[in-house]
Amino acid sequence: MVAFLVSAIRLGMSLLLGSTGETITEKVGHLNLGIPGIMCVGAACGCYAEYLYFKAVGVAVVPILAIIIPLIAALIGGALMGLLFSFLTITLRANQNMTGLAITTLGIGLSEYIINEATTIFTKGSKYFTAPLIPFTDRLGVFGDLVLEYGVFVYLALAIAIVTTYVLNKTRVGLHLRAVGENPATADAAGINVSKYRYVATCIGCAIAGLGGLAFIMDYLKGNWEYCVDTIGWLAIALVIFTVWNPTIAIFGSVAFGALYVASSYIPGVSFAGKALFKMLPYVVTLLVLIITSMRKKREHQPPQSLGLSYFREER
Amino acid sequence: MAKTEKTLAPLVHIVKRDPGSVTWKYRLLVRAIAVLAALLLSGILITLLTKKNPLAVYGSMVSGVFGSPRRIWNMLQGVAMLLCVSLAVTPAFKMKFWNIGAEGQVLISGLACVATMMFLGSALPTGLLILVMVAVSILAGTIWAVLPAIFKAYWNTNETLFTLMMNYVATQLVDYFLKVFVKDGSGVLTPMPQFGLPVIGNQAYLLNVLIVAVVTVLAYIYLKYSKQGYEISVVGESENTARYIGINVKKVIIRTMLLSGAICGLAGLLLVGGTNHTISTTTAGGRGFTAIMVSWLGKFDPLYMVLTSFLLVFLDQGAQQVSTDFRISSSISDIVIGIILLFIIGCEFFLQYRVVTRKNRKENV
Repeated sequence: MVAFLVSAIRLGMSLLLGSTGETITEKVGHLNLGIPGIMCVGAACGCYAEYLYFKAVGVAVVPILAIIIPLIAALIGGALMGLLFSFLTITLRANQNMTGLAITTLGIGLSEYIINEATTIFTKGSKYFTAPLIPFTDRLGVFGDLVLEYGVFVYLALAIAIVTTYVLNKTRVGLHLRAVGENPATADAAGINVSKYRYVATCIGCAIAGLGGLAFIMDYLKGNWEYCVDTIGWLAIALVIFTVWNPTIAIFGSVAFGALYVASSYIPGVSFAGKALFKMLPYVVTLLVLIITSMRKKREHQPPQSLGLSYFREER
Repeated sequence: MAKTEKTLAPLVHIVKRDPGSVTWKYRLLVRAIAVLAALLLSGILITLLTKKNPLAVYGSMVSGVFGSPRRIWNMLQGVAMLLCVSLAVTPAFKMKFWNIGAEGQVLISGLACVATMMFLGSALPTGLLILVMVAVSILAGTIWAVLPAIFKAYWNTNETLFTLMMNYVATQLVDYFLKVFVKDGSGVLTPMPQFGLPVIGNQAYLLNVLIVAVVTVLAYIYLKYSKQGYEISVVGESENTARYIGINVKKVIIRTMLLSGAICGLAGLLLVGGTNHTISTTTAGGRGFTAIMVSWLGKFDPLYMVLTSFLLVFLDQGAQQVSTDFRISSSISDIVIGIILLFIIGCEFFLQYRVVTRKNRKENV
């Protein structure tokens, strides 16, 4: 049971990072379908940086650098992809769905290429990420196992999600951000620089999503690269809807998704085939949430009003 | 007031073009430049990675597509299948219904087709079996497509996200049934060519190509000359206008998605019944997503879409040949396609907008 929850939480946190990133970009009105590709690139950049770092220093590894270098690489990789997306959709006003899908294709290709240049096993680097952040937790029994014994990513993801919710809902920047996503023309009239907000928010969101990709490889998969980061990306997009665009709700949502995703391995008596049905559940649940929120038409649970639309000031 | 007089005009200023003022020559020119620039960039990229002569890289691409009769047939099959899925999403897209669920619609109809082949294959005479296969595949595709349409029409549920989720539901269903159908637990279903669609002219892919060619012409006529096709464009341009002139928008949305799903069903039938005679979770092979590009790049015109799907298949097959010839990772194909798509998507800007710099502002305004 404990092992099941721990596994669900660890998978959940990479989903949480991905969905927090996507929430930020959706709040400014960008339906970014490039997130799966961006998570791939983030993961690949982080892993590649780790590979280069280990190659450079040999055995004299400084643990803190072994964590920080890949983190920064993943952030930069994600942000660059976000910049590409922003340039096309904001400056060139390209269709967001198309751009996102093309970015996903490009991102998957890039990440595979980068990983082929390095190795596919990063277990050595992964040790630094999964090593418990807080010392002596193994003596605290179940509580310690369940709450305290995680590596950096779990706490990082939680912190980012909570800070994001706070910034979005309680600060002026957040208000402006949401205004841009709801009605850019009004925001523009109020003196908010729409393009700037969209650029910055999208890049930050994509950088966070890039971290999510790295978390998936380094923390959940314990450093064994698998070519399935993009599935996690789609799941992260589903999670955004599931949690009605709120990263704090997403904390629980992501654990629930993680639990559904890994449940089949822990529940006794689930047949080999049944596992496939279990993996379907997150999507079915998301569909139900999507349908219910659209039927109830509750204002705070709706997608940002101008989601998916480019803004051109001179257009009526 | 004095202050406003001093402010200069912005350095660059973007103006929307009048759609009528853009000549087709200009359109063609911009797109050709975009494709060429993208090819150049990917050529440079591949050259940098492989340190081989760029001309050899392009040569290898061409030979990968046209090098032998088998490769040409592969290309034709690739174009036909991609085009078929693209034709399916086109009516929906023209209506501004962002159906990104073609992948799932194709898969689920493939699953229906394969189930028919397995369980009725030996029970029914060939002619009847084929009829049942056609009916069942098309029905499955339609059901998968009409669900999001109904929710969109009545409750305005976001169709992009709905259809996206349906893709994964379909993928997992295929995975599940593969594990149920295949008793040895390998999850790989042995092909059943004995129950497949008939092979004509001794060419495995000829039937697929012919069927898709017919569908292309029909789709062109339907979209361009039929009343229903006209209604689709009106709803796509403006739902309000459609309502004012008495078009039942709900009905159009649902009817169009029925059609869209039916063509996806056909694609599933051709892929499973006509080509692979089995199914896996990757049978649709990302075509559902690529088709969106094909349709959008072809401006929702079935005849242009023949060209755009050829472009994408050419790039994919060509880049794969490059990766075998020069021993680089096959992911290069995804990278090249990604770059080209981004260029083509980006170049639309120059068709819809004009950039006015401060210098020549006076003459233009």
